[in-house]
Amino acid sequence: MDAILQQFFNIEIMAKAMPLVLKGLGMTLLICAVVIPLGALGGLAAALGSVSHNRLIRWSAIAFVDLFRALPPLVLLIFIYAGLPFAGIRLSPFAAVTLGFFLNNSAYFAEIFRAGLLSVPVGQTEAARSTGMTATQTLIWVTLPQAVRNVLPDLLSNVVEIVKLTSLASVVSLGEMLHAAGLVRSLTYNASPLVLAGGIYLLLLWPLIRLISHFERRIAS
Amino acid sequence: MDVFLDQFLNPEVLAKYAPLILKGAGVTVVLSLLVVLAGICLGALLACLRAYRINLVSFLIVIYADVFRALPPLVLILLVFFGLPNIGIVLSSFTVLFIVLTLVLAAFAEEIVWAGITSIPNGQWEAARSTGLGFTQALAYVVLPQAVRMVIPPLTNRAIAITKMTALGMVIGVPDILGQATTAQSFSANASPLTLAAVAYVVLFLPFVIASRWLEARFARPGS
Amino acid sequence: METVSNRAGTPSTATLSLRALHKSFGTFPVLNGIDLHVQRSEMVFVLGPSGSGKSTMLRCCNRLEEPDSGAIWVEGDLLTGPGVDLNKMRQRIGMVFQSFNLYPHLTALGNVTLALRRVLKMPRAEAEAEAMAALKSVGLSDRARHTPAQLSGGQQQRVAIARALALKPTVMLFDEPTSALDPELVGDVLDVMREVKEQGMTMLVVSHEMQFAREAADRVVFMDGGSIIEQGPPDRFFAAPEQERTRAFLSRMRG
Ligand SMILES: Nc1ncnc2c1ncn2[C@@H]1O[C@H](COP(=O)(O)OP(=O)(O)OP(=O)(O)O)[C@@H](O)[C@H]1O
Ligand SMILES: [Mg+2]
Repeated sequence: MDAILQQFFNIEIMAKAMPLVLKGLGMTLLICAVVIPLGALGGLAAALGSVSHNRLIRWSAIAFVDLFRALPPLVLLIFIYAGLPFAGIRLSPFAAVTLGFFLNNSAYFAEIFRAGLLSVPVGQTEAARSTGMTATQTLIWVTLPQAVRNVLPDLLSNVVEIVKLTSLASVVSLGEMLHAAGLVRSLTYNASPLVLAGGIYLLLLWPLIRLISHFERRIAS
Repeated sequence: MDVFLDQFLNPEVLAKYAPLILKGAGVTVVLSLLVVLAGICLGALLACLRAYRINLVSFLIVIYADVFRALPPLVLILLVFFGLPNIGIVLSSFTVLFIVLTLVLAAFAEEIVWAGITSIPNGQWEAARSTGLGFTQALAYVVLPQAVRMVIPPLTNRAIAITKMTALGMVIGVPDILGQATTAQSFSANASPLTLAAVAYVVLFLPFVIASRWLEARFARPGS
Repeated sequence: METVSNRAGTPSTATLSLRALHKSFGTFPVLNGIDLHVQRSEMVFVLGPSGSGKSTMLRCCNRLEEPDSGAIWVEGDLLTGPGVDLNKMRQRIGMVFQSFNLYPHLTALGNVTLALRRVLKMPRAEAEAEAMAALKSVGLSDRARHTPAQLSGGQQQRVAIARALALKPTVMLFDEPTSALDPELVGDVLDVMREVKEQGMTMLVVSHEMQFAREAADRVVFMDGGSIIEQGPPDRFFAAPEQERTRAFLSRMRG
């Protein structure tokens, strides 16, 4: 029991790791702030493409989404970070993470937005168009708000997944939270810094997960 | 273009490392099957347990599911892989990856199956119980069969997402597709093994992604 | 007998004119050359069996459905054909749907102001004043802040009418506005429609409310198989239908 406390919940080591881990948290949040809006926009574009009447656009969008849903994000990230330099494209870890996560997140956001758009009855579009609104106005003011509302739990779940996904950035040595914790672990040979990082993820994401459950229950009833 | 082919689709490098990556694919497939099987069974079991509404048990299940849904799998993998040896438990990297991914999938599966169970109207329970079925019988013969329909699409999606995480094994040295490919890439000083790995993953997972799209269309989700 | 052509004259004198309208879904013809001219402030009632093409004709009148051939004019302005500013034209053609199609994420007021603000670019205050006036005219000023889910079916349909009215259209199309309503709520909606007519609105109405047609309509049109079979003032139409198919339909409706 003592050994467990000593090896996993060592307050002293946690305290020492804290500044570095918090700095890592800053990077984690920065990645999220860049990648979540980008992914949502990319996903929305792909979703609109996937419900387009133009066959070429529709199939390209669906192919994009399926390809990046089939490819593990870590594979994509390593391909971009370690593979592209062979083509003379050398990206910084941050740029590599942004590009990789943009592609991956767009695919997942696209599926969610697509389900949302399809959940809005055609009558809504017809009513809006019958009052003289353009297709774009109809999308912005009538279809999209309802689509987002209908898939809000899924959108939030995806945000949770993205925050968790940022931990992969540690693999390409981007100094986010897990990278910082891992660094201290390798110096101290003690797992407590990882527990600390885990605790912070929990603190960050647990309220969101509860909120999602709450929404899901409300939609179900 | 030639440079590109030479660096990303070099025939010699491809030929040399294809067997290794194929071996890695074997590891990925075996691990994925084990995780899906164990994760879904454990998750479904927990959800059924929760249906009995024993306060303490339900509470513990909810805590477990929340924690394993909130923590990044990579954190868990590192924690188990580097932490347990310090208290005298040494597991192979394959075992660590299997345990962590199973627990993560089980957490999500529990939530999904539970949502399925609660979506069945109370009248179904009452009808079943009024014909003399016990609680467990009502659950097994009446409620679960109906829940399966709405559970399958999200469960498929989640199972795909989590089996894709077998690639994280590379970080702790599991010789799966990505593990083999990164090793090969550093030996060969050429990106072709990574290309091969990406192709291997797409070949393995794309059929499931397409199948999940089909499933989703088939069992259109209620409430959205 | 009053026929379409000798009654209406040139298309430009009618508020809404349909000329030789054809429409097929795939190889299946739904409209087989419809000619119809609705005069200013006239309420024209369209009857016909299910599948006779009533909704399709109505939806062609604001091009939610694209006719294959033929022409439509609104106050002499061509609606069909290339180069038409469709969104501009649609402001002049109000539409009321069987299933209301209110925007569930907006309040009653929000439903009415949306097009005023986004299409007519009215400032918020002005749009809300206009919307309140429209809601008042359908008797729902006290429900402005309610969302559709908080309104009864009849109230929802009246909000939908206000939404169309607020744009001050020259003609309004109604597609079975009361058939999704509980019987006790139908009266309120019909009362509102009667008032709209009394304000001088030009109306093209598809509905099975025979009694209402008798009282309020200026003209009744009977459609079957994608063609207009017969039309005339309600008194004559109901009392002495000329065509066999009309008689059969009316006796079926009377049960
Ligand atoms: N989008 C469509 N695609 C294919 N066929 C259609 C479509 N819309 C309508 N139809 C067909 O066209 C015919 C006429 O339909 P329409 O809705 O105009 O009839 P209606 O007179 O309004 O009938 P109801 O009284 O049932 O509303 C029907 O046979 C219908 O099945
Ligand atoms: Mg109809």
